[in-house]
Amino acid sequence: MSLLDVKDLHANVGEEDGKEILKGLNLQIQAGEVHAIMGPNGSGKSTLANVLSGRPGYTVTRGTLTLDQENLCPLEPHERAQAGLFLAFQYPVEIPGVSNMEFLKASTDSLAKAHETEQPDAASFIREVRTLAETLDLDPQFLKRGVNEGFSGGEKKRNEILQLLLINPKMAILDETDSGLDIDALKVVAEGVNRYRNAQNGVLLITHYQRLLDYIIPDVVHVLADGQIIQSGDKNLALELEAKGYTWLT
Amino acid sequence: MSQPSIDDLVEARREYSAGFVTDVEAETLPPGLNEDVIRYISARKDEPRWLTDWRLQAYHQWQEMTEPDWPHLHYAKVDFQDISYYSAPKSQADGPRSLDEVDPELLRTYEKLGIPLHEQAALAGVVPDPEKPSSNVAVDVVFDSVSIATTFKQKLADAGVIFCPISEAVKSHPELVKKYLGSVVPQKDNFYAGLNSAVFSDGSFVYIPKGVRCPMELSTYFRINERNTGQFERTLIIADAGSHVSYLEGCTAPMRDENQLHAAVVELVALEDAEIKYSTVQNWYPGDENGRGGIYNFVTKRGVCAGARAKISWTQVETGSAITWKYPSVVLRGDDSVGEFYSVALTNNRQQADTGTKMIHMGKNTRSTIVAKGISAGRSDSSYRGLVRVSPTATHARNHTQCDSLLIGDLCGAHTFPYIENKNNTAIIEHEASTSKVSDDQLFACQQRGIDTEKAVSMIVNGFCKEVFRELPMEFAVEAGKLLEVSLEGAVG
Repeated sequence: MSLLDVKDLHANVGEEDGKEILKGLNLQIQAGEVHAIMGPNGSGKSTLANVLSGRPGYTVTRGTLTLDQENLCPLEPHERAQAGLFLAFQYPVEIPGVSNMEFLKASTDSLAKAHETEQPDAASFIREVRTLAETLDLDPQFLKRGVNEGFSGGEKKRNEILQLLLINPKMAILDETDSGLDIDALKVVAEGVNRYRNAQNGVLLITHYQRLLDYIIPDVVHVLADGQIIQSGDKNLALELEAKGYTWLT
Repeated sequence: MSQPSIDDLVEARREYSAGFVTDVEAETLPPGLNEDVIRYISARKDEPRWLTDWRLQAYHQWQEMTEPDWPHLHYAKVDFQDISYYSAPKSQADGPRSLDEVDPELLRTYEKLGIPLHEQAALAGVVPDPEKPSSNVAVDVVFDSVSIATTFKQKLADAGVIFCPISEAVKSHPELVKKYLGSVVPQKDNFYAGLNSAVFSDGSFVYIPKGVRCPMELSTYFRINERNTGQFERTLIIADAGSHVSYLEGCTAPMRDENQLHAAVVELVALEDAEIKYSTVQNWYPGDENGRGGIYNFVTKRGVCAGARAKISWTQVETGSAITWKYPSVVLRGDDSVGEFYSVALTNNRQQADTGTKMIHMGKNTRSTIVAKGISAGRSDSSYRGLVRVSPTATHARNHTQCDSLLIGDLCGAHTFPYIENKNNTAIIEHEASTSKVSDDQLFACQQRGIDTEKAVSMIVNGFCKEVFRELPMEFAVEAGKLLEVSLEGAVG
């Protein structure tokens, strides 16, 4: 049984009569695997991330979505998160006045409540978050600042990885997390993702460039074009794409 | 996707959680206002002649006045002859001496409001058990028009603090009341203050003697309960030289069909080196989602820093009332005196608020800070109206104003009307304003981390208000956060 199973996914932007972006997409990710999705601008990469996570503004018209055998389609975004789906945002939003620590606590509390698990006491929670922040080269002061408020692009992305490691979801989708990162930040982010990887969880990397895949080695690389996966292969496919561009496929 | 939009969420409306009516046998005057009514009120309270005359004078001046039409508010005008101007719980005749003597309905009301049991006993005037020290908050309750109970009297008396219903102070400390009543808000100050001066029911009186730091936070719970009863509190707080007091005011009201008028006056006097901190959490019935019912809140609150280095600080969290018209102000007369205004005003559904402050700089080196946060949801309309006036005498006066609006949904309104009148070129006046929206992206980001929409909105709004909440005393900061959450339950379904 696949961890993430997407079958014949058709999705429109907006309502039923909106423009179709995903046109029969199939994707199976097994536990322990890292998949990368590459593709030209406008191929539907970010739409896929948004549709999987249930972002408002899209309509699924056909197909199925399951995570660990749970049907995601009827679930609200927060319920999908509670089911184990995590999305690292391409453009993390700022939430002024809500400190990072508060936000992380609210998040882990909500998830623990949904999973009916015990939450660690506040002191050990803060210790855990501080330790994680250190490993990601994030100044401990940033935990007191508003969520992403005045963060640099790199800090925002590292903050997403911090959340990934703290929440430790079943399935992580990284939506162009590498965009706008310098090489040092990219390495830190990649180390974080590699630390997260294990035999039970899965990773879906959505990326424009092969560069990220030098640091996070994918098991499978897919090429998305016009709302469908048109080619799949191993990591060498990414290198080939880098060399030849997308045009040789489309 | 079945994800509801913010608009859908705002459409939904949770039942007002404090909406209930207590069935206490009450003695209520028939509706209408004339000299006889004023004489009746005054006689019922056994007031001295000077006060009866003072009320009548106010009444005559009020008759010449007109309601202000400048606020950014739309509502059916009040028929002042259709209001009853006096109501008192009957069982109060002898005054409760123990919990058993208190009308059980009243106790149930406290219970519904979530007032803890020990405080209920305190409210009812039961002597606290010294073995079980209760919270360090002295409470003077205005239940409709009569102060039900005054507590912690002994502890306060030991410190020389006077904290009692103003009707009692009229008798026990006439010289103080006579000297200061109307000294900050004169009878003819404005239409509503004029009405209040004529018919004020009761309220709190506080006097902190020279050099005394009040040993506890002072608190009053107001409730409007009797059907069709206007309530006209009058509060007077005097902090003598070098003294310090923190006063908390909190309100909820039961659900009503008709609009209820509320026109209170609060006067604060801070003498040399004295400090008054006045905090309000207000949750009066805001009306239903179509704007039916709800409290009309037309309040005049003003403090004067009468002496050098005096400080007055207003902090308010306003979530209730159908119509709010309220500008807690500070007159900075003493040199080096300080005025502060920290405000959160939340409107939802059809609520309307026109609120802000006035900082009147007269003394040298006077400083004022204004932080106003407005949150609008539903089809509500919220306006900030603030005046900063620097007189020719106020050399080196400083003001900093920060005025932020947060919109939830796209049917609500937020407006800012700042007035700056500067007559002294040494003054430094700063004004910052911002308007932002709780965005779908923010909500989605929270949801994607497992936090549901309701909790997310509440978290975002609380973050927005943080600067103001910081100014609240601990007891209130928690209550205020809870109150916003309850009010927003309406906004997010």
